[in-house]
Amino acid sequence: MAPHTEQLTRPAVRLQGLTRSFDGRTVLDGIDLDLPAGQFTALLGHSGSGKSTLLRAVAGLDHGVAGTGQLTAPERVSVVFQDSRLLPWRRVLDNVLLGLDGKDAVERGRAALAEVGLKGRERAWPGQLSGGEAQRAALARSLVREPELLLADEPFGALDALTRIKMHSLLRDLWKRHRPSVLLVTHDVDEAIVLADRVLVLERGRIGLDLTIDHPHPRSYREPVLGEYRERLLAALGVTEDHA
Amino acid sequence: MTAVTTTTTAAPAPVTGELPQVRRRRRLSPGRRLPAARLAGPLLVVALWAAASAAGRLDPGAVPAPWTVLKTAAHLWTEGTLPGDVLTSLQRAAYGFAIGLTAGITLALASGLSRAGEALIDGTVQLNRAIPTLGLIPLFILWLGIGETFKIAIIAIVVYIPIYLNTHAALSGIDSRYVELAEVQGLSRFAFVRQVVIPGALPGFFVGLRLGVTGSWLGLVVLEQINATSGLGYLMFQAQNYGQSDVILVGLLIYGVFGLVSDSVVRLIERRVLSWRRTLSS
Ligand SMILES: Nc1ncnc2c1ncn2[C@@H]1O[C@H](COP(=O)(O)OP(=O)(O)O)[C@@H](O)[C@H]1O
Ligand SMILES: [Mg+2]
Repeated sequence: MAPHTEQLTRPAVRLQGLTRSFDGRTVLDGIDLDLPAGQFTALLGHSGSGKSTLLRAVAGLDHGVAGTGQLTAPERVSVVFQDSRLLPWRRVLDNVLLGLDGKDAVERGRAALAEVGLKGRERAWPGQLSGGEAQRAALARSLVREPELLLADEPFGALDALTRIKMHSLLRDLWKRHRPSVLLVTHDVDEAIVLADRVLVLERGRIGLDLTIDHPHPRSYREPVLGEYRERLLAALGVTEDHA
Repeated sequence: MTAVTTTTTAAPAPVTGELPQVRRRRRLSPGRRLPAARLAGPLLVVALWAAASAAGRLDPGAVPAPWTVLKTAAHLWTEGTLPGDVLTSLQRAAYGFAIGLTAGITLALASGLSRAGEALIDGTVQLNRAIPTLGLIPLFILWLGIGETFKIAIIAIVVYIPIYLNTHAALSGIDSRYVELAEVQGLSRFAFVRQVVIPGALPGFFVGLRLGVTGSWLGLVVLEQINATSGLGYLMFQAQNYGQSDVILVGLLIYGVFGLVSDSVVRLIERRVLSWRRTLSS
């Protein structure tokens, strides 16, 4: 059973006939998509399939890109990039507070850092953090604003395998506590299956497969039930596994 | 079963005795710095100079002994015009530098932060840069007369150009990823400039600042030797007429101290302001 079904009625994001093209080459070809509020969705696709283009459109970051279509998204949107994108000249806490004001901002920043396990590193410089720590600081920066929608573009792509597994459970925990709608872009099928309640496959500019993963969390890569989802997703991506 | 046989046949270390010791690789980096190492070279030169003078191997008329230079310096300082000359020179350099610094920063901000400013300013400065500033001296004398104003103006131009160029390049070369971040975080235009653009441009500004400081001394020396009626350069020019090599050396020594002290001050400020940079290489 999908969690919090009652929340899923109100769409947080709605794309209607969204097209985007670069130099006359169509990358997104009329995408219709609803993301219900509070849902954890993963977007899969080959490299170059337009995942980042879609995410940047939803984030409102695609200035000057040609395209048509309707797009509705919430007011408070946070983005996590593949690189942590911490400003090297601001200490970790000041990075988390970037663009945040209000009396309790510092307190909220500290709380967010504690939540991602970086308590005590508030005054560190970004250059002193490991890749995983930097990405956790980036998560804190996006969560401190209490986003209604969290967009993440391959946020763990640059991390080593062990760190990535830790980050998976961290992200899922944070999601459970704050309940933003999540759109996680990834090219890693296993990551999508372990984290998301719904997985979309972007193929030739359209949503080629829309798969709901109805399986309790926490999930492990090795659960046999998940293998079925895995095969369906790989097939949609045009990858055939050789079991011989 | 097969697994067992494999392990036994592929027996590990040969029974020749101890394992070979791990040999440390030869270190290729030059190793740790010696304390005050940078003073060693200059001290050696002074020592050689003193030894050669003491042994009578140097013509005292051309290269006076170090102690003669010191004695002359003390004499000029207490009995002569040296304090006034030093003050005059320092003032020229300081005024010119301050004006150049202000102009460089202001123009760089105006042209780095707005397209209209860039259209107006950048091409003009690039044109200005193409003309060697010292070549402007005759024109400036015509316009401003041979007073202090023209000297300060030339120094200001020598200073503002590198500061403008480096700061402008740093401001307009801001990493587009940071621009995107600022948009995502909902920064206002002002907050973006103050928290992202300017801090990001500081390393470039400091490169320009150090070039500007060097330039101000260079401009000073040239101006004072061409035409001046006071100042260190004038003192040296007079000494040349009277064949007083010790006085010329005193002047050079003081120029050297100026340069060294100002560069150290800029380095110190840079280390403070850009302290975050030292963490990057770790
Ligand atoms: N700014 C751009 N200018 C030109 N082409 C672009 C630009 N951004 C993306 N593209 C092209 O659009 C396609 C989709 O890119 P992208 O959305 O980044 O793919 P993905 O994130 O799925 O790997 C690619 O072929 C890419 O070359
Ligand atoms: Mg991408």
